[in-house]
This record gives sequence, structure tokens and C-alpha cells, in this order.
Amino acid sequence: MPTLDIRQLTVNYAVKGGTLQALAPVNMTMHDGDFVVALGASGCGKTTLLNCIAGFLPPSTGEVLLDGRPVLGPGAERGVVFQKHALMPWLNVRDNVALGLRLRGVDAATRGRLAEEKLALVGLQAYADRAVYELSGGMQQRVGIARALANDPAVLLMDEPMGALDAFTREQVQEILLRAWSATNKMVFFITHSVEEALFLATRLIVMSPSPGRISHVYDDLPFSREFLAHGDARKVKSEPAFIRLREEVLGLIHQRASATEEAAHA
Amino acid sequence: MPEIAPPAPMAIPPTTAKSAPLKTSRFRVPGEGSSVRISIVTVCVLVALWFAVTNLGWVKPLFLPSPQAVFQQFWEYLTGTANDKPLWQHFIASLLRVTGAFWLAFLTAVPVGIAMGMSRWARGIFDPPIEFYRPLPPLAYLPLIIIWFGIDEMPKVLLIYLSCFAPLALAARSGMKSASQEQINAAYSMGATYGQVIRHVILPSALPEILVGMRIAIGFGWTTLVAAEMVAANVGLGQMVLNASNFLRTDIVIMGIVVIGVVAYTFDLFMRWVERRLVPWKGRM
Repeated sequence: MPTLDIRQLTVNYAVKGGTLQALAPVNMTMHDGDFVVALGASGCGKTTLLNCIAGFLPPSTGEVLLDGRPVLGPGAERGVVFQKHALMPWLNVRDNVALGLRLRGVDAATRGRLAEEKLALVGLQAYADRAVYELSGGMQQRVGIARALANDPAVLLMDEPMGALDAFTREQVQEILLRAWSATNKMVFFITHSVEEALFLATRLIVMSPSPGRISHVYDDLPFSREFLAHGDARKVKSEPAFIRLREEVLGLIHQRASATEEAAHA
Repeated sequence: MPEIAPPAPMAIPPTTAKSAPLKTSRFRVPGEGSSVRISIVTVCVLVALWFAVTNLGWVKPLFLPSPQAVFQQFWEYLTGTANDKPLWQHFIASLLRVTGAFWLAFLTAVPVGIAMGMSRWARGIFDPPIEFYRPLPPLAYLPLIIIWFGIDEMPKVLLIYLSCFAPLALAARSGMKSASQEQINAAYSMGATYGQVIRHVILPSALPEILVGMRIAIGFGWTTLVAAEMVAANVGLGQMVLNASNFLRTDIVIMGIVVIGVVAYTFDLFMRWVERRLVPWKGRM
């Protein structure tokens, strides 16, 4: 059973005239089937944390362990979905999704079949032969998700993948993502600014706060994504009293801190 | 549900001849619209002016021969009745020099440019010589090349080669920076090795810039052709023009200039077509 362990992770950036502590020591453990959502204002270190897990950024101190082995760089067992999809425009939709398989030397027939399977998962099987620049932003983002899934990573890292989508598309991609997650039972680390999105998707919600970036609150065993998967009605989940109460609570947390920092700034 | 339904291109039934054509809307862009017809009219006016000025005797034929005289020369050269080698021999000789030098430059300059973009060692080594010789006019170092390499085919090709090399190397070098950090990271997080990132991400994304470099380089090649053929050539379009100018045969000079210009323009049109075929995504992502 794959486990992701983050131990005493800190990141400092060198800035003009000193250092900036981007992440205070962060500790976190994730298992198979965990959907961890990181929520917080800009500058609270969410993306820095994701970059460390992905292996794009080496931690200043501490370590990230995947199944007990330290993460030393990017690798196929940690798939990433980017804010901007980062697709390759010279490849069509199918070849974009199959790129990781091609890099691993999977033969053309197998990778074509796997790519189409993943495209079906995000509802784009009819678009396999299209050029990626012909698709809308939401579809490109879904291709990005299919591409990450096609490599069958143990961990899926998603950096505000819905940031650029309109509200309707966003809800739709959220549902697609939950279905894909439950079908594969991977661990997901997902970054967002939206409280509602966070509660809807997460099995565990971590609220992060800035200067220095750290985990300030953790909500474990959130039931809403599993409820949605049980009956498939997102509106019903989001209008439940329990959902609304928690949403207001988390919003309160964030606002309270926002006003606290403002007061500190004015003082 | 928006977006989930494929926005298949809405097929509008073709309007029959009887019904009024469907009115369409679009945004206006400064300078939009085709300029082909205007260009054709411009060329026609220029040629008509040329006719008028020469046939009305306003200019002496020595300074500006008439279009008929130029075409006469073209015809004689084409049919081989001129007191010189036929046009196709000049054309083939020049074409071989330019394309030979161009492909040699392409095969060497693109790897050098790629190395310059990817390694500080290569950049440190190749940057000074390339940046030093690049702005020099080929005519300035032509005497040196003659002294070093003599007067046969090699120095001619070398001169054209040098003029193609710098734009190709610089285009490849700057093309190495075209891939976004996200695209590179995406490939790494799919398990790509350094070599695979270069092969599958950095090189394809550099292709548009390399193609622009090829267009510029082939243009420079033709520009340098006449200079290269000044060196004891006995065949070639540039040699034909220079030889004619020694005998004040301006009709042959103008004919040669027009031929060189038309060939270069045809090359550029070809390269633009290649660009549309190879990188249809240019500027769209």
C-alpha cells in the first residue's frame, strides 16, 4: 500500500537581503485513497509544498518519502496536473495523453488503447484525433488530467487545476475527477482557493496559513466526496446542512486570519 | 450542461442560389484583408512605368534598358542562343552552391545552436566567434577566404555557408527557450529522462524558431551569392550579372537580377508553406 510521508519539511528562498521562510516544518502522511486538499490564501506555501512532493524543488531541510524512499526528483509515480494544462501543441489529444507511456517505451497499440481509456474517463473519447489548440480551456484541462492518469501514478498532484475554468465547467470537472479517483483509488494532493471545492472533493482538508507557510487546521474524514459518489447528486451534497456549516466554519477561519493579518499590518 | 456536449462545428446548410446568403459577423483587425490584388496592381504599374520611361526615350537604354530588351535577353538565355552559357547552367550552378551551403550550414549550425542553448560550455565557446563574424559583410572577409582557400568551388560555398550559419545557430539557440517550464516539468513528472525532455519537448517547441531561422538563412545565402561568384567563377547567376556589367550590358544585368529575385521569392514561399504544414500550432497555444 503506497504511503507518502512528509517529514519536517521546510523551504527557504534566498531573497534580496536575507532568506524568506516559505514553509515552516510541515509533517503529513498520505495513504492510498486519500484525497488531500490544501486550501489557503496566496503565499501560504501550497504550491511550494506541491513542488517538493513532485520533486521539482528540493526541500531546504526535511524530506519527502514515498514508500520509505526519499523523493530526489520528479518521477512517473507522481503525476502532476498543472494550473495551465502544459500540453504539447504538436501532438494531438491522444498522443498527449499517451506521451508518458511513449517515454517509457510502451508499444503504439497499447498506448493508444490506454490513452483512449483515460480519455473516456474524462469524457473526451470523441476528441482523440483533434489538435489540442482546437479544444476549449476546460477540455484542455481534462486532457491534462487524462494524461496524468495514463501514467498510472501512485500520487496525483494537482495545482489549482480548476483555477482557469468557469463555474459550470469547474463543477463538471470536479465530478469527473471524483469518479476517476474512486475508480483508481489513488492518493491525490489537490490545491485550491475555493472552500466549496475543497470540502466537496477532500477526504482530508488541510488549511494553510502564510508567513511562514504552515498547516494551521486539519479536517479529517470528510464524508462529502463519498456521499457524492454514492448517489451522484452534487447539488444535494452541497446543500446539506452539514456541508454548509463546515463551509462557513472554514470560511470563518480564513476570514478571521485575513482580518487578523490586516490588523497586524495596520498596527 | 455546457461544455460536455462536443461543440462540433455547426454545419450550416449550404445556402442555395435563390435564398440570400447568411450574413456573418466578425471583429475587425487593423490592416486586415488580402493584399494580393493591390500587390498585383503595384507590379503592373511599375512595369508599365518602366515601359513608358524606356520606350518614350526619357532614359538612355544604357542606364535602363526597355522591358522588351530584357525579355529578349531572357529568351535568348533560356533557349541558349545567347553568346554565353544557357540560363539553366547558370541557374543550376548557383542553386547547387546556395542549397549545398545552406544544408551544410543547417546540419552544423542547428546542433551548435542547440548546444549553445543547453550548455553554458557550448555557449561560452561558440558565442564570441559567431557574434564577432555575424555583423561583418561577407565582402570584407572575402579576400581572406580567397587567400586561404583559393578560387575553386570551396571558397564560394564557404562564403555562403558562413552567411547561413549565424542566423541558423542563433535561431536554434533561442528556440531552446521556447518550451515552458510547465511543459518541461510535465515531461519529467511522466518519467522522462534529460535526453527525452530534449527530444520530446524542447526540440519540437523550438521548431517554429528554427524554421524562421531557415527562412532568414536562405535569404542571406542568395544575398551572398553574387559576392561569392565574384571570385573567378565561370558559371552562375552572380557571375552572369558581373560579367555582363563588365561589358555594360545592363539588359543582361537586369534580367539576372530579376531571375535571382524571383528564385529567392519562390524559396521563401516554399518555406512559408513548409511552416504552415509543420507547425500549424504556431502562435495558437
